[in-house]
Amino acid sequence: MVVRHDVLVVGAGLAGMRAALAAQAAGADVAIISKVYPVRSHSNAAQGGINAALAPDDSWESHAYDTVKGSDYLGDQDAIEILAREAPQAILELEHMGVVFNRDEEGRLGSRNFGGASHARTYFVGDFTGQAILHVLYEQLVHSGIRAYNEYFCTELLRDADGAVSGVTAFDMRSGEVSAFSAGAVVLCTGGMGRVFEPSTNALICTGDGTALAYRAGTALMDMEMVQFHPTTLKSNGALISESARGEGGYLLNRDGERFMRTTAPNAMELASRDVVSRAAQVEINEGRGVDGCVLLDVRHLGAAKIMERLPQIRELALEFAGADMIDAPVPVLPGMHYEMGGIRTDVQGATPLAGLYAAGECACVSVHGGNRLGANSLLETVVFGRRAGEAAAAFARSRPAQPAPESSRADAERALRALVARGGHERSAKLRLEMGQVMTRRVGVFRDDAGLREAERTLVGLRERYADVEIQDKGTLFNQALVAALELDFMLDLARCVVAGALARTESRGAHTRVDHPRRDDATWLKHTLCLATPDGPRVDTAPVSITRWQPQERKY
Amino acid sequence: MEVHLRVQRFHPQVDAEPHWQEYRVEVPEHATVLDALLAARDEQDETLTLRCSCRSHICGSCVMKVNGTSCLGCKTKVSHARKRLAAGEPIRVAPAGNLPVVKDLAVDLEVFFGKVKAIEPYLQPDGPPPEREYLVPNEAMLTVREAMACILCGCCVSECNSLEVEPRFLGPAALAKAWRFTEDPRDAADRHRLEFVSAPGGIWDCTHCFACVEVCPKDVKPMERILELRRRAMEAGFTDNNGARHSQAFADTIAESGWLDETRVLSRSLRGLPELLEWAPVGMRALLRGKMPLRHRRLSGAKQIRAIFAAAQRRSGEPPREHAPGR
Ligand SMILES: Cc1cc2nc3c(=O)[nH]c(=O)nc-3n(C[C@H](O)[C@H](O)[C@H](O)COP(=O)(O)OP(=O)(O)OC[C@H]3O[C@@H](n4cnc5c(N)ncnc54)[C@H](O)[C@@H]3O)c2cc1C
Ligand code: SF4
Ligand code: SF4
Ligand code: FES
Repeated sequence: MVVRHDVLVVGAGLAGMRAALAAQAAGADVAIISKVYPVRSHSNAAQGGINAALAPDDSWESHAYDTVKGSDYLGDQDAIEILAREAPQAILELEHMGVVFNRDEEGRLGSRNFGGASHARTYFVGDFTGQAILHVLYEQLVHSGIRAYNEYFCTELLRDADGAVSGVTAFDMRSGEVSAFSAGAVVLCTGGMGRVFEPSTNALICTGDGTALAYRAGTALMDMEMVQFHPTTLKSNGALISESARGEGGYLLNRDGERFMRTTAPNAMELASRDVVSRAAQVEINEGRGVDGCVLLDVRHLGAAKIMERLPQIRELALEFAGADMIDAPVPVLPGMHYEMGGIRTDVQGATPLAGLYAAGECACVSVHGGNRLGANSLLETVVFGRRAGEAAAAFARSRPAQPAPESSRADAERALRALVARGGHERSAKLRLEMGQVMTRRVGVFRDDAGLREAERTLVGLRERYADVEIQDKGTLFNQALVAALELDFMLDLARCVVAGALARTESRGAHTRVDHPRRDDATWLKHTLCLATPDGPRVDTAPVSITRWQPQERKY
Repeated sequence: MEVHLRVQRFHPQVDAEPHWQEYRVEVPEHATVLDALLAARDEQDETLTLRCSCRSHICGSCVMKVNGTSCLGCKTKVSHARKRLAAGEPIRVAPAGNLPVVKDLAVDLEVFFGKVKAIEPYLQPDGPPPEREYLVPNEAMLTVREAMACILCGCCVSECNSLEVEPRFLGPAALAKAWRFTEDPRDAADRHRLEFVSAPGGIWDCTHCFACVEVCPKDVKPMERILELRRRAMEAGFTDNNGARHSQAFADTIAESGWLDETRVLSRSLRGLPELLEWAPVGMRALLRGKMPLRHRRLSGAKQIRAIFAAAQRRSGEPPREHAPGR
């Protein structure tokens, strides 16, 4: 099949659906491709909420400042200003579409506290905010009539004679049929890449596909070393215990029952920004003040009623996977991989330097999160920059209508996939994936140093060699998930290299990136973004300036 | 611990019909059935096909039947699945019911999502939105949220008894979604929605079997939403259909005589000669077996039953029941 649309959105999470709706509203003929049905996207998992300075006593400046400070001054302030200014309208739009946000006594939107914020500006739907918004955007997608290609896996970006991005190739996962989709503009909204690490709070589909596609097409990936480790994940399976547990007043305790955040962040305590809390928790664990490799999250003092109304899902998770009922026992937790601040470098319209290619959401880096993302700013980023990217892509597509993709591009893609499936070998992708994830967690985790990073790099180079010997056991075309797993691993091996390359280059400690061999923030050398560019020998690291509009770097205290 | 699985496999291009395959895998103590399946797939057999993503019962991907009951594989612990099994008996895993199998545990979801789309699953407010948020009480949002908790996993659909015999039935998930909009103070399309769900294939096709309530991983209670939609549809005057007439006639005869008058219920539920003729053989058989007495006598305790009706109506704030309305 050869298909043509004005704008093609890859990914049907919050960013993708918001982009598609915006592009359609701007007059484009839009299609959306997703490797899962839209409501299965990982945006579902966001429990805590979405930020906006909506209250009369709050201001966008305050939201922007908190975000700049949270980012450890690595966030681009022009982008952060847009994020904070457009947040109230973005939330109201979602409310008008039908999101069932919590209300206050007067029936207005009600908010809660979240880490790193000076105001209670997190709007929420119980503890399933992401799901509640994702399903409402899906409702709007159904209403819009936008063509959705569900369970299509995108394998490559197509380029025209001038080098501009002119579409994608993708295959229908159920039938195996390969298609070429041509478009005036492509918007990548393929989400995070948590599975590069093992364990991770991310879903199994978070494999950074779009980020890798953009990298291979020659655009820069920015600040890939900035990986957020969430302070409260469960030991057994890496599942997240949302920040709302602390937002509602939960304590973090060490073995002796002390609130250890008192020493690190005497004012914000448990609600200091995530990098700060994760480091403090990891220090407790490393120095023997933990409990069985964990610290304790305690919400008992909130009482059963509040726990049941505001944190029911979190309680259920803890009950199931840690065997602890938060109503009468603390839950053991530890820092775990959660979010990739870095990604495809874009401007504030979501445009990449490659003509015709746009990106938004977790796969992009515009950058509003810099060295550390504040909780509940990511959902906000997806809708604010999803909309902007959709509009910009529609405008671009008007100036450059889609050319039909040559049949040869479809046939080439098909041949490559068939060859991959047919080839013999001695390795299994699941095994390589596990080895990659483990070395990333061990050597590229909360604390990093030169020797460990080099070891990780060597391991990754070895895994890339072994990848050539991976055999896919399923030789059919019908719903070949082994093929999908191999392609995802291929993407992740590229991305892991970029994370390590950025981490090796950045010889300072900033935000989530802590080099024990370079423990201080070094503004003189490193108030800069790292850029990774693809070469045949792996990533080449370059740098780019940070945009500073009104907030000069200061020491961060919480 | 070691887990012994027996998984239903089916590859339509290779297999004439489904067959069972056994796997033995090593998993940690807290493992779910999904974890065990993934261990089997990753370590032993990459061809084993199943959908999954979040591993924390939020994405709705992993509906399957474990030991014959529909559930999310990632919400069903191995230890729990083993509980009722004899020693040495494997955990049985099969694809969801009422949906065509694509391959192994993966089923075709097009019809499922098609039904969700059919109920016009988007807010239809009256006029343009206000400048700020709609002002609505938190209680209303909490109520709507009970159905918003639905992750469209299809466990309910897989288990629905009515769908087994009537594939056109919209089913529990889509109807719970319809309820979500009728409860939302911001939605203004109630009448339209109630009319739609009152049509054949809608709310009156549910047989009250409770299966959807029992298997729903998010406590959405689809059957209760359907009963609520019925009540509201009748209040809104959508009574000109077999289901509503049946329910009205059912209540009327009991209120009047204290027990069910099958003849009257049947004749009042059905509309027109063709429908009556269609049911005639059933009626004849019931008549011959004495299940449909020709003369329906009022029970001696009918008065007390009427008092119960009256009390129930007072409590629910409904107007008192007239005798045999619509006759
Ligand atoms: C457990 C958890 C809790 C979180 N809580 C919060 C919170 O409270 N507040 C907050 O602001 N943020 C939170 N986050 C972060 C936030 O949820 C995500 O960053 C955000 O939802 C990402 O949205 P997205 O639209 O970019 O991507 P996603 O929702 O991940 O969507 C990605 C889409 O891309 C598609 N896709 C990917 N690859 C391909 C391919 N090759 N071909 C076709 N389609 C493809 C997928 O099918 C999917 O539809 C949380 C994250 C996690 C993991
Ligand atoms: S109660 Fe109704 S909707 Fe629910 S499973 Fe039974 S027949 Fe289906
Ligand atoms: S109602 Fe329950 S069982 Fe049915 S689709 Fe929704 S969450 Fe799943
Ligand atoms: S894997 Fe998401 S619901 Fe089971």
